[in-house]
Amino acid sequence: MGYKTTIGLEVHVELKTESKVFCGCSTAFGQEPNTQVCPVCLGLPGALPVLNKKALEYIIAVGLALNCEINEDTKFDRKNYHYPDLPKAYQISQYDKPVAKNGYLDIEVDGKIRRIGITRVHLEEDTGKAIHGEDGSYLDFNRSGVPLIEIVSEPDLESPEEARLYLNKLKNIIAYTGVSDVKMEEGSLRCDANISLRPEGTEEYGNVVEVKNMNSFRSVKKALEYEEIRQAELLDMGQEIVRETRHWQETEGYTFSSRSKEEAHDYRYFPEPDLVPMSISKEQIERIRESMPELPDQKKERFVSSYGLPVYDAEVLTESKELASLFEDIVASFNQPKKVSNWLMGEVLRLLKDGGQELADMPLKSEDIVELLKLVDNDTISNSAGKVVFEEMFKTGKKAMVVIEEKGLKQISDKEELVALVRDVLNKNEGQVNDYHNGKEKLFGFFVGQVMKISKGKANPGLVNEILTEELNRLK
Amino acid sequence: MAIGAKDVKHVAKLARLGLSEEEITTYTKQLNDILEHMDKLNALNTENIDPLTHAIPGHLNVMRPDGVREGLSREAALSNAPQSNERYFKVSRMVGEGEK
Ligand SMILES: [Zn+2]
Repeated sequence: MGYKTTIGLEVHVELKTESKVFCGCSTAFGQEPNTQVCPVCLGLPGALPVLNKKALEYIIAVGLALNCEINEDTKFDRKNYHYPDLPKAYQISQYDKPVAKNGYLDIEVDGKIRRIGITRVHLEEDTGKAIHGEDGSYLDFNRSGVPLIEIVSEPDLESPEEARLYLNKLKNIIAYTGVSDVKMEEGSLRCDANISLRPEGTEEYGNVVEVKNMNSFRSVKKALEYEEIRQAELLDMGQEIVRETRHWQETEGYTFSSRSKEEAHDYRYFPEPDLVPMSISKEQIERIRESMPELPDQKKERFVSSYGLPVYDAEVLTESKELASLFEDIVASFNQPKKVSNWLMGEVLRLLKDGGQELADMPLKSEDIVELLKLVDNDTISNSAGKVVFEEMFKTGKKAMVVIEEKGLKQISDKEELVALVRDVLNKNEGQVNDYHNGKEKLFGFFVGQVMKISKGKANPGLVNEILTEELNRLK
Repeated sequence: MAIGAKDVKHVAKLARLGLSEEEITTYTKQLNDILEHMDKLNALNTENIDPLTHAIPGHLNVMRPDGVREGLSREAALSNAPQSNERYFKVSRMVGEGEK
């Protein structure tokens, strides 16, 4: 039987504030355990939280970037549960009045735009971290109280691939707003997924399974694909899907049941009495809206309209804020947008992918790339030599001219030198020259090849063609 | 009665409280008395009254600027912990995963 898949995602993003959301402790990553703690984030009795203004501004910016309505009246609530990494036995979160709600983002699936609803975006505090040892569990509260936003999507996603596209887009948008590093590998972006299947042609949603513990976008997709198959097989056998939380096992590639959902979700939310409510004015919202940077979709449109780039190029270049600004920096000094785009999409992205690196890891600055592009453009080196030079620059951080000198790749564009090379080739291949004059014109390519060979690929191909034609005519 | 012994046991379990049968009887009665009082309040017409989400009405937007302030030293932070190893708080081995 065929089934329709329904997926909703809950994404947690750590905000990049200097200090925690309710206390002045540093949010710096990778410090010695329990060195960024105070009575508030350790949950000591009597300590009082005070909201970090920047955290509120950041979540409003995310809400606006996701086309949400901003709740002018908003407040915090306590979410009660016991776990050792949560020192107060409640998490300060938001229940019925999230900062932002009813938004959306657009993803492109098979060339069509699909609009995915965002139910809500709320602000909360992160928990501490536990390390499990043989003789007990060890707790570090440096992350306790780091501001987190939770972004809940509508169950609008219809396949694991759509879930991946949604995550990519969400990450991209948030990266543009600059409020988070959004790195899943480092834990500043986390994702839980809700997935259900229902028989094709029916309307009622199936029982929802929550899947946790995915550590990359790829593993979100893989875990959801696994769940689709698992649930379809059970439904085929006439069995009911258990409403539960399952964990993804990355190395073996399967999900396993961790705890039944009904009992766990009794959080007894109530308003947080230690924090006063917030009233967000229209003026404040407008001020934040005006200070927002250009977002990916706007930038993409501008790349098409003002640089004349194909939509595909604009899409790829704007997928990361860094790549988009590298493009603009280069074009500012080398005004051939399509050439720059080809170079970035071809060489730069290829080398990054091969090395499993990110753009930030590249040792080159925009002016280094501009220098290289100019050297290719004025025929100092050929296009293919340019690629070799670029690869070396990319790996070593050396300047284009240095690599060209080292590798002896400077293109020969000196006419006399090229005439000498051409004559040399023609003298050594008298037989072929005769054949050529007797009608075997395709031997022209052979002569070009010989010239390139003895010049070790450095002869300027355009000039070689020109000189070769002249010299062959002279010998007729 | 609005709630029974079963509800009290459930709430006690969620709050990690171990109650004797006698205490369950006592708290079931007390909690019902409280809920009855709530029913009285619920009987009032509050249609045109804004919900009071905080004890100090009109007190809004208490915030601080984003900036790092010195907290506790690790030594001080760990000083009251029943178990620690000078770097981490230590608890009995946790099983299962927490709900976040
Ligand atoms: Zn703190």
